[in-house]
Amino acid sequence: MESISQLLHFFPLIIVTIGSLVVMMVDAFSKDTAKLYYLSVFFLIAALAASISDVFGPAGEAFYGMAVYGGTSAMGGVIVLLGTLFVVLLCKEYLTAIKHHVGEVYSLILFCTVGMLVLVTANDLVTLFLGVETMSIALYVLAGLIKRDKAGAEAALKYFLLGAFATGFFLYGIALLYGAAGSTQLTAIAEVTDGGLIYWGGLAMLLVGIFFKISAVPFHMWTPDVYQGAPTLITAYMATASKAAVIVALIILLGRAFPDIHSDWAEVFQVIAVLTMILGNVIALVQDNMKRMLAYSSIAHVGYIMVGLVAGTAAGYSGVMYYLFAYTIMNVGAFGVVAYYERQKGLDFTNMENYGGLGYKQPMFGVAMSIFMFSLAGIPPFAGFIGKYQVFAAAVYEGYIGLVLVGVITSVIGVYYYIRVLVYLYMREPESDTVFQQPGMVYKTAILVLAIMTIYFGIQPGALSEIFTQGFEQLQIMAATGR
Amino acid sequence: MIALDWYLALSAILFTIGVIGVLTRKNAIVIFMCAELMLNAVNLSLVSFSAHLGDVHGQILVFFSLCVAAAEAAVGLAIIIAIFRNNLSVDITRINLLRW
Amino acid sequence: MAELIPFIIGIPLLGFLINGLLGLAFPAWREQKLLIGIIANLSVFVPFLMTLSIFMGMTGQSDPTVVTLWTWMEAGDFSADIAYRIDQLSILMALIVTGVGSLIHLYSIGYMGHDEGYWKYFAYLNLFIFAMMNLVMADNLLLLFLGWEGVGLCSYLLIGFWYSDMAKSIAAKKAFLYNRVGDAAFLIAMYLTFSHVGSLSFGEIFASLDQIPQTTVFWIGFLLLIGATGKSAQIPLFVWLPDAMAGPTAVSALIHAATMVTAGIYLISRMSEMYVLSPEVMLLVAVIGGLTAIVAATIALTQHDIKSVLAYSTVSQLGFMFLALGSGAFIAALFHVLTHAFFKACLFLGSGSVIHTMEHVEHKLHDEGKQVHYDPQDMRNMGGLKKYMPSTYWTFLISTLAIAGIPPLSGFFSKDEILVMTFNAGTVAEYGAVYYGLWGIGIITAFLTAFYMFRLTFSTFHGEFKLEKNVAGAEGAEKHLHESPKTMTLPLWILAALAVVGGFVGIPNFVASTFAGTDVSVNQMHIWLGGSIADFDLVLSKAVEWALLSGAVLIAALGIFFAYRLYGNAEVEEADKLVSARTRPLYSTWSDKYKVDEIYEGGIVNPLVKFSNGLYVFDMRVIDGLVNLVGGTMKLTGSLLRYIQTGVAGNYAFALVLGVILVFYLLLF
Repeated sequence: MESISQLLHFFPLIIVTIGSLVVMMVDAFSKDTAKLYYLSVFFLIAALAASISDVFGPAGEAFYGMAVYGGTSAMGGVIVLLGTLFVVLLCKEYLTAIKHHVGEVYSLILFCTVGMLVLVTANDLVTLFLGVETMSIALYVLAGLIKRDKAGAEAALKYFLLGAFATGFFLYGIALLYGAAGSTQLTAIAEVTDGGLIYWGGLAMLLVGIFFKISAVPFHMWTPDVYQGAPTLITAYMATASKAAVIVALIILLGRAFPDIHSDWAEVFQVIAVLTMILGNVIALVQDNMKRMLAYSSIAHVGYIMVGLVAGTAAGYSGVMYYLFAYTIMNVGAFGVVAYYERQKGLDFTNMENYGGLGYKQPMFGVAMSIFMFSLAGIPPFAGFIGKYQVFAAAVYEGYIGLVLVGVITSVIGVYYYIRVLVYLYMREPESDTVFQQPGMVYKTAILVLAIMTIYFGIQPGALSEIFTQGFEQLQIMAATGR
Repeated sequence: MIALDWYLALSAILFTIGVIGVLTRKNAIVIFMCAELMLNAVNLSLVSFSAHLGDVHGQILVFFSLCVAAAEAAVGLAIIIAIFRNNLSVDITRINLLRW
Repeated sequence: MAELIPFIIGIPLLGFLINGLLGLAFPAWREQKLLIGIIANLSVFVPFLMTLSIFMGMTGQSDPTVVTLWTWMEAGDFSADIAYRIDQLSILMALIVTGVGSLIHLYSIGYMGHDEGYWKYFAYLNLFIFAMMNLVMADNLLLLFLGWEGVGLCSYLLIGFWYSDMAKSIAAKKAFLYNRVGDAAFLIAMYLTFSHVGSLSFGEIFASLDQIPQTTVFWIGFLLLIGATGKSAQIPLFVWLPDAMAGPTAVSALIHAATMVTAGIYLISRMSEMYVLSPEVMLLVAVIGGLTAIVAATIALTQHDIKSVLAYSTVSQLGFMFLALGSGAFIAALFHVLTHAFFKACLFLGSGSVIHTMEHVEHKLHDEGKQVHYDPQDMRNMGGLKKYMPSTYWTFLISTLAIAGIPPLSGFFSKDEILVMTFNAGTVAEYGAVYYGLWGIGIITAFLTAFYMFRLTFSTFHGEFKLEKNVAGAEGAEKHLHESPKTMTLPLWILAALAVVGGFVGIPNFVASTFAGTDVSVNQMHIWLGGSIADFDLVLSKAVEWALLSGAVLIAALGIFFAYRLYGNAEVEEADKLVSARTRPLYSTWSDKYKVDEIYEGGIVNPLVKFSNGLYVFDMRVIDGLVNLVGGTMKLTGSLLRYIQTGVAGNYAFALVLGVILVFYLLLF
């Protein structure tokens, strides 16, 4: 009976699960894909509402320690659902325009979201594994959504092959940790702090599996290819919600299973973070394809996020949460605008060379794109700056000055390629006189809301970052009392 | 009774063979099979740990991992078919439209 | 007075939103030029009046007041507020920003009147005022940084305002990226401060200065200095400012002369209590300032573009201010910020008035069917404008006299105080010998300033109008010359008047004491700021001060004299067009005097020109090259590294395995 009452804490997950099944069944018996769209939006909004109310609810462990709820998990759920909701909202118009408005997209996205929601609640390596795989398998299919597109199929294949390869390491890590600790529960693993080769090897493999999913260098190689080849809004989904989910899971993992060996894993994270920040930013400098540029930029952002993880304090983790939140809204926005340009006929509007003067064709999209770019570049007062500031400040406070130095310098390099987009948008003559089709009401509103959120949470981040900090503290109290 | 170490060693060897296979082969299907070999090597580890610890959780995890491998196979083979239709080849060295 | 703060900060933002959003949404709104102009002007003028009323209610002894609007962010132990600090320094800066800002907004109504981006221009300008007010009024470093980035952004938008010109959009990007280099240093300084103090508000930083170790003080000071060199265009980050002149002239006057570029000086003055703790950093500030002053002044000698001369002159004057900061004369630096805002804004607006007319002439000639094209900013095409543009001429002349340092105009007092304080630092500061050297550089620069500024004035306004001779097909151009409209000349006269009287707030005490017979304190700047800023003590005797003062005046007079002998006839191209110049009737009558000129030329100007040409090349090739090299290396690295991404999945798996080995190595060893 106890387990059943604990289900109450997992409403978002239950709603999305039911939603995904409903959408799949409706898809099987109905030709009307628009219906699926409305259903998905409905379920996602319901789940988001439930998840927001969970943020203010209690926190604890459930199902014999397999899962945690409330606190960081609930916030992770909010970020994931927010990203998913906006992607789905934009999806319909985009997929219709590229003539691929097929029903399975919605059920796949919802399945994938189920995996993400499992991830953010994972308190056991088994749950973690299931979450990661549920999410990934759905993403493999989504990446290859456009079957006849060579690039799309290639993206799916690369993602799949490398993903399966990384899963091997991930699972091996889980097996070894299980052998070293005698349990797969995170709190039980925390009691072991040195189990010899099996323990350290297990930790290394586990981290490799996670680094692959968040595309940290040198596990990032799939990212640019897959992001470029996949349909743009699916890329947005992969870049935001899936990364956010894995990183939230990583926070819970590090905070609950490895708090006492912080100095050991922090060393790994430092080196990987430096590599990620440098490589991501430097290669992004020379990219002409917008989606590829944003892919490298997302790699660079993971580097900044890892700086916050290195700090290993409540301030660092809550900074990372804030970063994920900001990153999700601004990146969905940026991809949304790219998707809008991309669907115009005439030129290849994923190529930056063809962006000349586009800022004037749809003024609202131009301004929104500028906001997203400034925010991604980390310029105040946009949300991206607050996130970056918080993770860096947390790291400096813990004495990682060299690391932050690299972060600040590479983000200066990063400004170049974001500003370059604006230069094309506003300071070049148009390449063609293509008449742009008007975006739909929903599309326009969604982009507008994302832009406003990017500004609002840059000016008024107080309440949100306080919630994030409290959330992590709840998690720590739980770890300390061993509940 | 055979010591745990031998099982782990066998598992590690199988895993390494899988890794080497992924790195050296060019056929997408063979690569995928090697990745599956890695998963099965891990399953061996899990089962032996489970027996050694006298704890069933490891064995339950093996079932999950088998399910995941099956689902992956279903999706993976479909993707490989799609690739074959587009490229008339499943040689990964020739599937490099997306690069740089 | 605290209740006014939200309005002072908010009204410019409101102006930006009204003009920006309405303009973006409704093309019809863009045509309502009068309304747009009024809204934009009021959004600056009203805050100016409010600031003035706060100013009236304060004295030099008033304690700082902090107005907290809301908590900006909170994470762990860290919190930052949207909080504004009212003290003598911030109010002084706010007055300069809104005051000069109001005049330039007024001027822009006429200057930008025919531009189709009128609404956008005013929206940006209001946004700039908003950001700048945040910068100068902020109570913590983070909010200051917000303003700091904001003004950078506006400067970027306004330099690239006429983006259809490729060079201009490149200039905009250059300015933005150079500033970002400085900003990165600023950010690191902020993190360092935070890690030692645990807060970023100025009150708490000053209260816990003794907790910061000496080396960290040096590094924070050093990093903030790098940030300041970016924003205030000092060596090594100064090259963006001359390029930034691509924007509308009114923007150059407001942002790139009077306000934004002084942000670095404001920052260092704000942190003066920390800077004086590290003599090494002070020395560095002074050396950077002194070198920038002389390098920029020598480059200004060789320029023909009227705005370019003013740009280098601004760099040079900012160098003077840094020299003052480094010599522990923070008040003198701020005094120079104040007077410089008046006369340099006036000079820029004057040059804008000239350019406006030259462009008008070009349009008129086009209307007559003559296809002539010339650079409306090239002073070689000007000359003789005195007759046609009396208001512009007289205000320009007054400001030139002020910048040259002729008593009793404003520039004289501020520049003299800087030189005196530099000399003083030679006595009181550590590394005194270096400060004496810097004083020497300051004197030479003062001479050069007077020289090149009068070269500019003479060749623009004196002599004959040369366009018709220089450009084929421009016959009859002279009759199109006319004075600019009232909205443009009114701000000129106001600024010129301020350039005349502005210096009286900083009459040196020793001058008054000499006449009064006893020691009196008449220097209003010191009375106003003395309580909140940590200046070095002035230890020089009256006799030395008098000597320094007369020396400075003499040097300035000498500069003007040389400039008059060489350029009094407004012929700029002696060096290479001497022969052709002599064939003209006008110059043959002056031929006897040319012998004297040739001596000057051979002895002073030529080597000087050669030297400064060399420096110009050095600037362009080496410094620019160095920066391009860094950027180029980055891009090259990027374009090499991208080929790691072969597109073959097997190689990706290989990289992954390498990563596994790396993680293993890091964890196990």
